[in-house]
Amino acid sequence: MRIGTLKTSYAADEALFDSSVQRTLLVLLALGAIAFPFVASPYWLFLACLCAINVASATGLNLLTGYTGLVSLGQAAFMSVGAYTVAVLEIRLGTPFFINLLVGAGFAAAIGVLVGIPSLKVKGLYLAIATIAASVILHFLFSHWSLTGESRGLSMPPARLFGLNLDQPFLLYWLIMPVTCLMVLGAANLLRTRIGRAFIAIRDRDISAEVLGIPLLRYKLTSFAISSFYAGLAGGLWAYFFRVVTPESFPLVNSIFYLAAIIVGGMGTILGGILGAVFMTLVPELLKFVANWATPFYPDALAALAPVRTIVFGGLIVGFLIFEPRGLAEIWRRLRRFFHLWPFRT
Amino acid sequence: MDALFLAEVTLAGLGAGALYALTGVAFVLIYKATRVVNLAIGEILMLGGYAFLGFAAGLGLSPWLALPLAIAAGGALGWLVERALIRPMLGESPISVFMVTIGLGSILTGVVQLGWGADPLRLPEFMPSAPVFIGEAYLAPKVAIGFVAAAVVIGLFLALFRFSRGGVALKATAADQGAAYSVGIDVPRVFSVAWILACATAAGAGVLVGAIGGISPTMGVFGLSVLVVVIIGGLDSIAGALVGGLLIGLVEALAGAFLGGEFKLVVTFALLLVLLMVRPYGLFGTHEIERL
Repeated sequence: MRIGTLKTSYAADEALFDSSVQRTLLVLLALGAIAFPFVASPYWLFLACLCAINVASATGLNLLTGYTGLVSLGQAAFMSVGAYTVAVLEIRLGTPFFINLLVGAGFAAAIGVLVGIPSLKVKGLYLAIATIAASVILHFLFSHWSLTGESRGLSMPPARLFGLNLDQPFLLYWLIMPVTCLMVLGAANLLRTRIGRAFIAIRDRDISAEVLGIPLLRYKLTSFAISSFYAGLAGGLWAYFFRVVTPESFPLVNSIFYLAAIIVGGMGTILGGILGAVFMTLVPELLKFVANWATPFYPDALAALAPVRTIVFGGLIVGFLIFEPRGLAEIWRRLRRFFHLWPFRT
Repeated sequence: MDALFLAEVTLAGLGAGALYALTGVAFVLIYKATRVVNLAIGEILMLGGYAFLGFAAGLGLSPWLALPLAIAAGGALGWLVERALIRPMLGESPISVFMVTIGLGSILTGVVQLGWGADPLRLPEFMPSAPVFIGEAYLAPKVAIGFVAAAVVIGLFLALFRFSRGGVALKATAADQGAAYSVGIDVPRVFSVAWILACATAAGAGVLVGAIGGISPTMGVFGLSVLVVVIIGGLDSIAGALVGGLLIGLVEALAGAFLGGEFKLVVTFALLLVLLMVRPYGLFGTHEIERL
């Protein structure tokens, strides 16, 4: 419970985490995240790593789509650029993993800028199709280039740190989770800078933004670069996590998945990207539990799992857009407001 | 490479292109009337194919009865979708509306998989199978029938837009919704009719596509090619859908014949990217003037 917020300095007003309740919650969350690997089973650790990777990528897409207003259906393709770069570097050169990750992300950012060039001329759906076109071309490239193992893909050795092979979810958790946290924090901070405000101005009305003196091309391309940097980094983590990268690892459906994640979570809020990605990653697993549970009563439950997942995926997108357009973040905000003065006033 | 082979590939490409054009017209119809980008058009087309299978094979009806029923089912779906999903989204940002149609596509794919399984199926044969020769070039009879049917339906549509009351109402709505309202046009009804007509057309196209290549839950990918068609032609131009459809059909057939099947998609998308850089609103699309 908190009664009000009294701020006595600009620094306090501008702080990223502006209340003591928030800070306490975050510390508890961090402690939970540190304790989690020691108590959770490998299955839950696997899911946690997958969630973290998806959060990283969805946050990147949120910067582009939620904050700059540029719709992209190419996030999975940018991830594949990062994943393939990491795999090739790891196999051919054997460089340390953090260099591979950064090079992969940088490479993805460069491709992102290239794909973003049409964004000055084309908007909305036309731009979304241009990003689909880019992902089709990248997919074609990866499945026909001998360097990327053609349609067989690449399998790679695990990341190494101090002679330790990071090949278990338990060890990888310590790589993936901190990197994701840094990325999310970076995104939250970015939005408080000149660049972030320019993004928001472009989203709200790009012509007005231009009149106000924001160079559209530069900031749109910056947005594409940052977003695909995030995707590339997430793709690199993905590569170290699964250690097999094939052209089919990053289908167009995955790009739709990330777009769906930020819609369900709440476009244009950092919290929304996190909640949406975690939620959309966990729902299929939840359905698996339901199917397992239902098997004694309905023997075909497991066979129906894949179509039901597809239906639920679509249903979530449609349902959230119609009934809760601001997504899970809005639900969270309502909950928080309800508990502000609870139990003295409801 | 001999001329005959080229001619046959060209004919097959034009045949496929006619179906693209037909589905593209359905897409443009919705976009023109309601400004909704319907990414589920491929899945609605797929549902048309499955509905035909259900009526013809499942219920054992004659294919000639199943065909209109499948088309009617498509129209009913269009009505339902417009009422239940699109109308609540009126006034929302275009991104939200087109994500709704993506979600709808996902739902339809899942439903079809649940009902008929994930394996590809063949539709019952109902078209004459005598080979068609144009000059010396051979053309698969189904492709020829598809081309003729698509041409007839598109011609019918063009006549309808030009001469019928409803067509004029639709054009008025496309030009200016507010003005259309003020001269007494029932705009919501125009929306409804546009969706019904477009989805019925897509379902009919689905039967044709399914008769040629079989049906499967991944048939929605056809929608991706249709998307390329309408983007190249310009989202709000029927003529654009025709030209774009034939062009993409031709390019895909030529790329498939001379480069290999896996080049089809990448060539069309590369073409699309180049075209978008030169003409951002497609070949015949209206260049929107933005005001503050």
